[in-house]
Amino acid sequence: MAWFHRSGKIPHIPFMRFARAFFLASGLLVIASIGAVATIGLNFGIDFQGGTMIEIGFEEPADLGAVREVMGGLGLGEVQVQEFGNANDVLIRVAEQPGGDAAQQAVVTEVRAALGERFGEGVSYRRVEVVGPKVGDELVFDGVLAVVVAVIAMLFYIWLRFDTQFGVGAVASLTHDVILTLGIFSVFQLEFGLPIVAALLTILGYSINDTVVVYDRIRENLRKYKKMDLPELIDLSINETLSRTLVTSGTTLLALLALFYFGGPVIHNFVFAMIFGIVIGTYSSIFIASPTLKYLGVRRDWSGEGAGKTTKGASA
Amino acid sequence: MLYFARWKILTILAVCLAGLIFALPNVLPRSVLDSLPDAVPSDQVRLGLDLQGGAHLLLELDVEEVYLDRLETVRDDVRDVLRGQTPSIGYTALRVVDGAVVVRIRDQAEMDTALSRIRGLIGTVDTGMAGIGGGPDLEVSVEESTLVRIVMTEAAQEQRAANTVAQAITVLRRRIDALGTLDPTIQRQGSDRILVQVPGLRDVAGLKQIITETAKMTFHLVDVGVSPQDIAAGNVPPSGMVVPSQDGYNQQYVVEKRALVTGESLVDAFPTTDQGGQPAVGFRFDGAGAKKFGDVTTANVGRPFAIVLDGKVISAPVIQSPILGGNGIITGNFTFESANNLAILLRAGALPASLVIVEERTVGPDLGQDSIEAGEVAAVVGFVSVIAFMAIYYARFGIFAALALVVNLVLIVGALSALGATLTLPGIAGIVLTMGMAVDANVLVFERIREELANGKSPVNAIDTGYQRAFGTIIDANVTTLIAAAILFQLGSGPVRGFAVTLGIGIITSVFTAVMLTRLMVALWVRRARPKTLAI
Repeated sequence: MAWFHRSGKIPHIPFMRFARAFFLASGLLVIASIGAVATIGLNFGIDFQGGTMIEIGFEEPADLGAVREVMGGLGLGEVQVQEFGNANDVLIRVAEQPGGDAAQQAVVTEVRAALGERFGEGVSYRRVEVVGPKVGDELVFDGVLAVVVAVIAMLFYIWLRFDTQFGVGAVASLTHDVILTLGIFSVFQLEFGLPIVAALLTILGYSINDTVVVYDRIRENLRKYKKMDLPELIDLSINETLSRTLVTSGTTLLALLALFYFGGPVIHNFVFAMIFGIVIGTYSSIFIASPTLKYLGVRRDWSGEGAGKTTKGASA
Repeated sequence: MLYFARWKILTILAVCLAGLIFALPNVLPRSVLDSLPDAVPSDQVRLGLDLQGGAHLLLELDVEEVYLDRLETVRDDVRDVLRGQTPSIGYTALRVVDGAVVVRIRDQAEMDTALSRIRGLIGTVDTGMAGIGGGPDLEVSVEESTLVRIVMTEAAQEQRAANTVAQAITVLRRRIDALGTLDPTIQRQGSDRILVQVPGLRDVAGLKQIITETAKMTFHLVDVGVSPQDIAAGNVPPSGMVVPSQDGYNQQYVVEKRALVTGESLVDAFPTTDQGGQPAVGFRFDGAGAKKFGDVTTANVGRPFAIVLDGKVISAPVIQSPILGGNGIITGNFTFESANNLAILLRAGALPASLVIVEERTVGPDLGQDSIEAGEVAAVVGFVSVIAFMAIYYARFGIFAALALVVNLVLIVGALSALGATLTLPGIAGIVLTMGMAVDANVLVFERIREELANGKSPVNAIDTGYQRAFGTIIDANVTTLIAAAILFQLGSGPVRGFAVTLGIGIITSVFTAVMLTRLMVALWVRRARPKTLAI
């Protein structure tokens, strides 16, 4: 029955020996990501920037040049025209127009009139999204608020269930995950919209979920092996939970890959963010959250609450 | 952990059965569902606008306009109490400026009387609780000894905005219902916004037009004594006002400011044709309106009167003979469609203030169908690959987990149907994601069992300890993800919210299936097979 039977033996990978190198690498990536966001910036979708997005479909492969020509003739400032999902569908993005909410609405009417004149009945409107300047600002605020509140709430739970050092480790790994995801969106100039905020929050949830599993084992081993060196104990805990980490990440990635390839173009970026986040979240619980404990030290005596001595890990 | 009391087994099975019953309507055809008795659940999962197509419009009320309206009434009231009561009080510079009514009293000696009359205008804010707790609606202050300043209190502003939004919603509902579309949602958002969602709509442009048009109609006599040159020079008598024509030829009319009759007197409006067969809108006044209209038209035969809609003259026919029955038709540059639309608007009444569309998301039915199909394919592929992986990797236990995953999916669909939650495309993504993550709790347990077996424990003992030890971790790990889902639900909007719902439901059902259902399956198997060795 068991084609894939395993011995149940625990691997002995000395993660903590490489902790410093991975810390450094992650640090550099975080700095690079911040640099990318600061210099290249994020390609904000209309959710956050305001503006108009129109997806149109043709019966045959679309003539992008002709659509560009029509759009260019309207004098609407920055306009993007690109293929979307397949050759028949075209996504048109128009930057926010000066003149408030009514001006954005006027764009839709103008574009429809112009496209109708050029292409007649051959064009169908698959999707129209218009976000006014005021709503855009609110969505930015709500998005940032959601991420911040989520981080604080999850940390509060960690702090409640564990110790302060664990909380610090969790913050470090969550911040790391968010910044690197922002970095990759900036470098590849992927559209950053409302669904990506949802993806970020899910990544946070997943990452902390992963971290909690490792932390749980560390805490358990702290009770079990009172004399073991902290780095050794952390290594043991990561190794013991390693196969679970890989299996869960693996099944989640399986599901996400199905969405990525078959889920349609509308959620492509959303799923991409999620895939990247799952990989980075798994990495960070092993190489960021756990080593943080090594550097900060943890309370060794978990037999009673409160009074306990904090010991730092031996030299790396 | 391997012992189950009988009631526990029954509860677990009952939950699964309930999930199945609530999920079932989604796979049954509509005709079967309609023939079922009422007691049987027949609600299907509601599809979001991104899946079934439709329009999502967020409208914002112009609150400044609402406040201005009120302040202008106050200004007129102040004029009345100062000039209209005896002895009349002299004043200058009565006007509305910067969100306040200001007036300067000429004679300082009359200030006390003036103030007491103005203060008499202060009412209370209606809190909807028979006047309990409502503070004053106006605030009167004195500046520079003779300058009186009147502003609306914050409570009064809020209440006025709330009332206006409520009225606007009523009008919108009448208008949208007249379009004959299937269950539109019209609800208030925050203090000054209205969310309109109309599923399955094709003519979005028409909807937008019918929503944003204020449709305030008034009838005015035209002042024919003013020539176009006078208008250009600004020589308009104080009783008149300049109104542009709707047809776009830059024609302007000077009409009397005072309206003869307003749209409020209308009891009916309908599309019709004039004598020449051109589209027109017929209307009927109520008794009072009809009498007034009859009197005015009797006295003004031969003069034109203007029909003004939202600040534009639709037409200005000459009164041929007195119109006594309260019936009439409006001609203009109508098409059959625009005549019908105007009739709908007039029947539904005027909006109490103008509305601006601040957010629009519309999805065509084709894209919705494409998204559903893509979501279904992704779900099936994801589901099958996760199940296959589990079965290969954990053998018999993997099959238990796979069965639990099937039940999990049924429970999610059942819960979505029972709660009346809306399924969006990100929501489908949430379900697929949960499928990947749902096995986590099982994985935690199975890995623990492997460890215990490696430590030399007997199979039964290893399974028991495995479940015990993994339980705390499962709870910790899932509570944190649940926190993320809850915050997404609270702060998210539209599609994001749909994602949060499925993620949250998925977390709860996956913990249930892993901790209860798989454990029950394992326990029943162990009890029967009494394994000496364990392949996991």
